[in-house]
Amino acid sequence: MIDFIPPAFIYILGALLVPLLRGRVKFAYMLSLPIVSFFFLISVQVGTAWEVNFLGFDLMPFKVDRLSLVFGYIFHLISLVGIIYTLSIKSDLEYVAGLVYAGSALGVVFAGDLFTFFVFWEMLTVSALWLIWAKRTKASQAAGFRYLMVHVFGGLVLLAGIIMYISEQKSISLGFIGLHSPATYLIFIGMGINAAWPLLHTWLTDAYPESTVGGAVFLSAFTTKTAVYALARTFPGTEPLIWIGAVMTAFPIFFAVIENDMRRVLSYSLINQVGFMMVGIGIGTELSINGAAAHAFAHILYKSLLFMSMGAVIFRTGKINATDLGGLYKSMPWTALFCSIGAASISAFPLTSGFVSKSMVLDAAAHGHMSIIWLTLLFASAGVFHHSGIKIPFFAFFGHDAGHRVKEAPPSMLIAMGIAAFFCIFLGVYPKFLYSILPYPVDFVPYTAPHVLAQLQLLMFSALAFTLLLLSGIYPSEIRAINLDVDLVYRKGGRLFYRVMDKGLNAFNRTVEQVFVGKFLVAFAKFVRELPAKLLAKICWPFWQSAFDAADKKTITENLLKRAQSGFYPISIMGFFAIIYFGLLYLL
Amino acid sequence: MSTENSDKKHIFDNPANVRNVLYGLFGALVFLLALEPFIHKHPYFAWEEWFGFYAIYGFVACVLLVLAAKYILRPFVKREEDYYD
Repeated sequence: MIDFIPPAFIYILGALLVPLLRGRVKFAYMLSLPIVSFFFLISVQVGTAWEVNFLGFDLMPFKVDRLSLVFGYIFHLISLVGIIYTLSIKSDLEYVAGLVYAGSALGVVFAGDLFTFFVFWEMLTVSALWLIWAKRTKASQAAGFRYLMVHVFGGLVLLAGIIMYISEQKSISLGFIGLHSPATYLIFIGMGINAAWPLLHTWLTDAYPESTVGGAVFLSAFTTKTAVYALARTFPGTEPLIWIGAVMTAFPIFFAVIENDMRRVLSYSLINQVGFMMVGIGIGTELSINGAAAHAFAHILYKSLLFMSMGAVIFRTGKINATDLGGLYKSMPWTALFCSIGAASISAFPLTSGFVSKSMVLDAAAHGHMSIIWLTLLFASAGVFHHSGIKIPFFAFFGHDAGHRVKEAPPSMLIAMGIAAFFCIFLGVYPKFLYSILPYPVDFVPYTAPHVLAQLQLLMFSALAFTLLLLSGIYPSEIRAINLDVDLVYRKGGRLFYRVMDKGLNAFNRTVEQVFVGKFLVAFAKFVRELPAKLLAKICWPFWQSAFDAADKKTITENLLKRAQSGFYPISIMGFFAIIYFGLLYLL
Repeated sequence: MSTENSDKKHIFDNPANVRNVLYGLFGALVFLLALEPFIHKHPYFAWEEWFGFYAIYGFVACVLLVLAAKYILRPFVKREEDYYD
């Protein structure tokens, strides 16, 4: 008797039925999947593990501990929100891809062995791809292919690492790995690609803004956070993660300030937020791991809320560039309100979810006396307020009125945004709820007077900077332009490679043909053809000199050449050669 | 673009309301600084004890961020929208 079905099975197998259903039944069915799966999940004991023997390996397709539960809960919640959001976008492709994608992410977080882990990890990539392609534009097709290439590469690096690691350890169980051998470095980098580490991050800022309205909501929640989970599981306390994370928090905000596409601004700030989680994992104390998990939980909610609000803007206006937007609070007041709540949360205003989670990571860095890291994170906190907290709502909903007079977002979108906004505030007001599900016991108190004051000063004076820069006209005006990033390497690099190969190899080919085929072979053929005659002429010259006069000499030379070319020689000459040949043999 | 509510006056169409938001912001800033002497801090780092550290850090960080993005980063990376096409 099976009294439990793992979430991944419910989602993935459940997704396959979706296209067969119609109308309200379909909606009810899709909404029931995460809810049913969630009830199964809360019925299960922490520490449960399923073992299956397969080809001599002990697979563990399902294993629950407190770290996987945090991610399991939030993945259920956000997939429910995502499904509600996409009800107004009637696209079976997106429904199925979204459910399989969420199911794969749940498969990863409850995987107890490296094999199961890797299979779901790859399914994540494949299903995410359809959320990008479902937009059915040329740009999304191209971005999807680039996404696929990067993740296939990442997957192969990870697979190579896993295979080497298994042969080292003689075990496939998934647990702490830590950096100590080439295999572990490969696993580390393979996971890092999905976590959008600096220089490996451009698949994210390239593809997410090209995905569908609903696709971006799913995408923003799962791939990077699955990687956060994976790193927290296998590499906690790995010091390079602290530095990687610090760079991740800081560099994207510069790009976000000058970016015109609002969903690309959000993509950059997503990387910035994942940076905080990387730092938390890298520090590796109970407080910091709690912080990373809590921040992932909070982040998934407010980031998808922001993506939902921008998706609603696209859905209604068809525009997403800051240059085309503005003044939408007039026609989409609820979307504007929910977006502002998301913006406040990502900025970590007191009473929002970001405040109670991000401060754990900052505190953990301060506990470890990491002053440079701490100052970088503080800079990033001010910066994220600047571009996600102010820029997104301001340029979309306030600012210069672009004249869009559209309808408010459809009810299902508003409900989804409302649920996410509710949790953003609920977690901020009642952090105990979040703290009670974290991997380790929490004795962290976010609401102390100096902490609240410090955060408010930081944010409000950042707002002052924005206001003054905007009023003085120094704030960079939004420009219809794109900004290069590291994806230049493979986007232009691919073409450059082609051109180099074209110019280089084809030119080489041509030159070789000209020189070798055109000149050398002709010369060689001529040489070979005329050599015997020339030689004979040389040999015979002394005899002819005395025997013939000038006119006869000429005829006889021409005859000789003709004979040499057609291969007919006077027999006596051949005899002469034969005698020389045997003579040489005898002498040598 | 329909004109269903284009003649309606909205809250920020009135410059006085925009001005009120700005006054509110400035008032909050003064209040936050004025509050600081009355709050007992328990800092990890020495600089957290300086008066207005967070306020100055936030302001300077954002100004530097914007200036660097506008005058250093943008000239390097800005391209036409059809650059990759």
